[in-house]
Amino acid sequence: MTNLFLAYAVVWGVLMGYLVSIASRQKSLRREIATLKTLLEQKDQGR
Amino acid sequence: MNSSRFEKSLTLVTAVGLIATMYGAFLWAPTERTMGDIQRIFYIHVPSAWNALLAFIVIFIGSVAYLITKDLKWDRLAVASAEIGTIFCTAFLATGPLWAKPAWGIWWTWDARLTSSLILWLMYLGYLLLRDFLEDPQRRATLAAVFGIFAFVDVPIVYFSIRLWRTQHPQPVVMGGEGSGLDPVMFKVLMLSWAVFSLLFVLLMILRMRLEKTRTEVQHLRRAVMLQS
Repeated sequence: MTNLFLAYAVVWGVLMGYLVSIASRQKSLRREIATLKTLLEQKDQGR
Repeated sequence: MNSSRFEKSLTLVTAVGLIATMYGAFLWAPTERTMGDIQRIFYIHVPSAWNALLAFIVIFIGSVAYLITKDLKWDRLAVASAEIGTIFCTAFLATGPLWAKPAWGIWWTWDARLTSSLILWLMYLGYLLLRDFLEDPQRRATLAAVFGIFAFVDVPIVYFSIRLWRTQHPQPVVMGGEGSGLDPVMFKVLMLSWAVFSLLFVLLMILRMRLEKTRTEVQHLRRAVMLQS
């Protein structure tokens, strides 16, 4: 029975970890987009 | 139906489906006579393997389409599928030995199915590592596409290994010919888990491809900032 629960725990753990990883990477990229857009706007205004 | 609504509906259906699969695997499906409860790993092991193979088929399609069109959207499809394939390949390679130990008395054996599956996982890792080493998007996409097509050779080997060679791994229970077959309830639970895992694959593909699209946007913006400075 231990192996059975371990197998399900491994699969759900791996999938949950992957979902969290996608969400965190997406969040970090969105933040970078916001920073880059601000930088571009500042450079446009400076010209 | 707009894409956001579709995504929400897909998430809901997949989540309900996963709960139903758990119910089916643990409470509805009968206990297998010789192996006992450990056989219930079947309902998560088989659909994980299916998704891993499906992922390689998608990589193959994306790779061929990229080499023909040189459109990076196909490369994004391939890389998204490779990452998801690695996740499901890891899942079925991890659940296999957990089932094998109580059923066969050993964690692992170098038979055709297990070895070709391990090679499949290494191929996925190789594909992702190769991409990490290459900076230029077009060069990266071209080399990854060639590798993706080459690596696809392992997919039919994994699938047919238990039919072509004598293996420790059990013979197919669905479409396995004479003497094969499943209890009707077991078959229904397997079909349910297969369908739900396929939906999960689609959902993960949507999320992972969106990430790749955002990454492309970041690269464009970085270039624009560099050009302005």
